[in-house]
Amino acid sequence: MLRFLISRLLTFIPTFIGVCIISFAFIRVLPGDPIVVMAGERGLSDERYQEMVEQFGFDRPLIVQFWDFFTGVLQGDLGTSFVTKRPVFDEFFALFPATLELSFCAIVIAIVLGLPAGVIAAVNRGKFFDRALMSSALVGYSMPIFWWALLLIIIFSGNLGWTPVSGRIDLLYFFPPVTGFMLIDSLLSGQDGAFTSAVRHLILPSIVLATIPLAVIARQTRSAMLEVLGEDYIRTARSKGLAPPRVNGLHALRNAMIPVITVIGLSVGMLLAGAILTETIFSWPGIGKWMVDSIYRRDYPVVQGGLLMVALMVMVVNLIVDLTYGLINPKIRKR
Amino acid sequence: MSLLTIKNLSVDFDTAGGMFRAVDGVDINVDQGDILAIVGESGSGKSVSMLAMMGLLPWTATITADEMSFDGIDLRDLGPMARRKVIGRDMSMIFQEPMSSLNPCFTVGFQIKESLKIHLDLDRAERKKRAIELMELVGIPDPERRLKAFPHQLSGGMSQRVMIAMALACKPRLLIADEPTTALDVTIQAQILDLLADLQKETGMALILITHDMGVVAETAQRVQVQYAGQKVEEQEVRGLFSDPHHPYTAALLAALPERATERHLPTIPGVVPGQYDRPQGCLFSPRCKFADDKCRKTPPPVQPPDLGLARCHYPITRQEDVA
Repeated sequence: MLRFLISRLLTFIPTFIGVCIISFAFIRVLPGDPIVVMAGERGLSDERYQEMVEQFGFDRPLIVQFWDFFTGVLQGDLGTSFVTKRPVFDEFFALFPATLELSFCAIVIAIVLGLPAGVIAAVNRGKFFDRALMSSALVGYSMPIFWWALLLIIIFSGNLGWTPVSGRIDLLYFFPPVTGFMLIDSLLSGQDGAFTSAVRHLILPSIVLATIPLAVIARQTRSAMLEVLGEDYIRTARSKGLAPPRVNGLHALRNAMIPVITVIGLSVGMLLAGAILTETIFSWPGIGKWMVDSIYRRDYPVVQGGLLMVALMVMVVNLIVDLTYGLINPKIRKR
Repeated sequence: MSLLTIKNLSVDFDTAGGMFRAVDGVDINVDQGDILAIVGESGSGKSVSMLAMMGLLPWTATITADEMSFDGIDLRDLGPMARRKVIGRDMSMIFQEPMSSLNPCFTVGFQIKESLKIHLDLDRAERKKRAIELMELVGIPDPERRLKAFPHQLSGGMSQRVMIAMALACKPRLLIADEPTTALDVTIQAQILDLLADLQKETGMALILITHDMGVVAETAQRVQVQYAGQKVEEQEVRGLFSDPHHPYTAALLAALPERATERHLPTIPGVVPGQYDRPQGCLFSPRCKFADDKCRKTPPPVQPPDLGLARCHYPITRQEDVA
């Protein structure tokens, strides 16, 4: 297991270098000049422009600029935002908990509903429940996220008034962030109703964000289960006189989990990379919104640093997924 | 009273091309301590009739029988709950592919102890003790350590031993072995057959051995039932069947045994078992039978009396006739 872990970690190195290059190159490939954007509509004189170019180091060769960035990254310095003049690292970690909280809730919803749905659909293959479930999964998968979000807001916030429209918590409550996770901080603050308020704010964005992963997980679970249910060892399990919940939920599901875990891992990556639309619609102060804004501002350090951090998170999630394979199926552990 | 009685069992599958009759009016009778072999080519409905009895067929199967009783329990209208109390406990089954019949995600010990857990009232320590006993019984060395092994760490022969241990966990009164040696190599085949025969003698359970290997039949069984295209075509004691087959199909099967070959080329039975679309009108074997005449091709044959091996044939062979 340790050797497996080390060999996996070693493959991190080339991936990491690649990610650095891509995130550095990405923003520079886009047309637009950060200095011009910063100057705004007033514009600026040629001398001042030249001065700023030198100040940001844009006059130096690209390779030197990259080397600066790369050595900075290795020392844990992602640079300073052109716009806010604050370290990218600090900005990232100020916003990341919000995204993490939202993604976590979304993936929990997707797994808790998607797994059983897929199992039940597979067991009742071709019957009403299977068809109903799989068609709704297809609808969920293909529905435009912004439209679905607006629909939910209209119904639950507008008409029924059950949930707030945007933000993470009511303005009534204020407490200093401790962990950055609103659910935990609101509990820690000890203020009456703060936690409920946080939950109510979280619920709609989580559902919206969970929709696509939920559909994907349900469909993947169903197809993996269908394959496994035809295996000889399932017949063995049934011949032992085991009850269907045990046969399907333990013997079959455990074997069907490998492709499902892969899909879950990919979904988590996708969610972390910034649920941009969802965060924008619900004014959720996460990294998705932050990254989009910084792309508009051509805020080079934020874009490249943010991309790098997100890529790192995705790599870590994938590593965890790989380790989980071994836990689920001992045959993989040996390789 | 016999342990297992099945009368006129038929199994139909609802396929895309219409109903397909996989088992057609089969009778099976097994007493306590019996070893019955069911022989036939692939597609002759051997496994399907056993799976039907165990309730392991998919929902596309329709099972009908005049009688299907095990140890006085009517299996026909047994609910799923009640059936699960019988299968895996009093009646258990081992399968053709031992390597894929064990769940790769769980240890051997878990899978053996699971049967004990759901059927018997044993505590953790007793279950472990019993599992070790079972592993010893089926001849697995170093049982305590092997309990922690995963199926992929075992060879085919070992896997089949584990399957047998699992099937014997609750001391069944009937063990169904569905081609238990087909996937194994020859030396291991003999070991597994010996093991099954020994265990049968020791425990006094009944054994139904499904096979297409006449050699296996000769070595192990007491009574043989030959199936063809879903029908039982002959039933005899082993000795009688080998020396005096009454159905032309049985005779042809025996003639195809390498040990009995008189020429350089092994005799074969031309053609294949009829499928869904080419089922003959009269005797199902008539297209491949060298004795068949118009009567065979037009009218389904009667079942002959027991002294003619219950042969389903218009013209059962008697010893005087030339078989070869």
